Amino acid sequence: MTTLLRTSALDAFYGDFQALFGVDFEIARGEIVAVIGANGAGKSTLLKSIAGLIANRHDALRWGDDAIGDRPAAEVVRLGIALVPEGRQLFPSLTVEENLLVGAYSGLRSAPWDLRSVYDAFPVLRERRDSRVTVLSGGQQQMVAIGRALMSNPALLLCDEISLGLAPIVVEDIYRMLARIRDGGTAVVVVEQDIMRALKSADRFYCLQEGRIRLSGTSSEADRDTITAAYFGT
Amino acid sequence: MDWLDVAAQGILLGGVYGLFALGLSLVFGIMRLVNLAHGDLIVLAAYLVLFTSGMAGLPLGAATLLAVAAMFVLGYLLQRFVLDRVLGDDIMPPLLVTFGLSVIVQNALLLTFGADSRRLQAGAFETASVSLAPTLTVGLAPLTTLLAAVIAIALLQLLFYRTSIGRAFRATADNPEIAQLMGINQRRIYAVAVGISLAVSVVAAVSLGIRANFDPSIGPARLLYAFEAVIIGGLGSLWGTLAGGIVVGIAQTIGARINPEWQILAGHLAFLAVLMIRPRGLFPGAGHDAR
Repeated sequence: MTTLLRTSALDAFYGDFQALFGVDFEIARGEIVAVIGANGAGKSTLLKSIAGLIANRHDALRWGDDAIGDRPAAEVVRLGIALVPEGRQLFPSLTVEENLLVGAYSGLRSAPWDLRSVYDAFPVLRERRDSRVTVLSGGQQQMVAIGRALMSNPALLLCDEISLGLAPIVVEDIYRMLARIRDGGTAVVVVEQDIMRALKSADRFYCLQEGRIRLSGTSSEADRDTITAAYFGT
Repeated sequence: MDWLDVAAQGILLGGVYGLFALGLSLVFGIMRLVNLAHGDLIVLAAYLVLFTSGMAGLPLGAATLLAVAAMFVLGYLLQRFVLDRVLGDDIMPPLLVTFGLSVIVQNALLLTFGADSRRLQAGAFETASVSLAPTLTVGLAPLTTLLAAVIAIALLQLLFYRTSIGRAFRATADNPEIAQLMGINQRRIYAVAVGISLAVSVVAAVSLGIRANFDPSIGPARLLYAFEAVIIGGLGSLWGTLAGGIVVGIAQTIGARINPEWQILAGHLAFLAVLMIRPRGLFPGAGHDAR
């Protein structure tokens, strides 16, 4: 499989505080990769670094053969990398449909994802297209957030804690959707605190602890005790 | 007191204040920037039109269009190369920079054009009037100003609610960081916003210049009414800003009819009264601002 994105010795900082230490991460086309770890392990920081919200060393990130570590977020999305941010972060003064349309602002590709196909994937959003997003349920808001990211037709979809605060049945729906997105050729990174949920749908996993990768491997061969040790640092 | 006439004159005066406040409201709504130089930039636009129409001999309409283009470019560059450097979580630096800009613009105009009062020449249009009812006659120029304000707001609303860049404006106003994830270049969006704000201010400048005398020092006083209009209307709501301008305009007109010395005071009192009854303005969170 061809590598889509690779980080090499990625360090990330918030001011003077270092949040990631020499992270080597990679994902191939059509893969679902889980990043697990406790609160503050650096999972969100890794996604923000990839999405360009945190500036990095030029060659810390490679997109295919291109070094993209220092590209700003507004350019990164044009490469084909979309982030579903933690806590959904929809635009509250925009309607459901406007939130989706803003997702297509970069406007490079319009297939396979456009308003119609996002509505087909999440029919409930079609019914609520003219509602303000603030009146939607948590699950529906998460669908808008995923749909908004899909509207840029990414080759790599980054999902930050998309199951947080949602009912288990809604979480199942959303993960079924992720599998379909992957089947369409898009690589997916899921950041999760729920280890079992993450391993169930991912091909491979990385376990972060205090900004460093402690363990990585394929989900099917994962040993629960080893993961727990890496997760909690015992 | 002829109430119909008071209402009509007040509403027309409000149109002027609304136009003045529109650019202020726009920029605050999108980027939370309070532009203290807005009044002086309007005066600058008035001198620009004066120069191109009077001294260079262009017709007023052409001079206005030229000024609209020039002020858009000026606004774009101002944001891109000056204001962008100070915009951040702290609201003080942009306030200080726009305050400094206000002083600079005033003095540059004083050096270039002198302290004499000027006026834009619009021929018979200045004094023409229309009769709306048997007892009600209004000036054509003020009526055109109000119409211009309504048209400007309607066009801006179309831009905000029907176009891709309008959605980008509103998304950036909601959450600048997440907007970048959508591929929205925040610095460009802000520069376009300030450009539009100054382009709209040319309309205010022309209506000011036809209606009354202006000199380089009148910007800040006009800015005060504009602030009152923005705050009465509710921060960030464009129709609210026009409504706020009309509230100030009607109050000033009533005050002036009771006693000419009370005109300005009556406007300020109306402003204070609205603040006491509805501290967030008449239309809080309306329009594109709903943080």
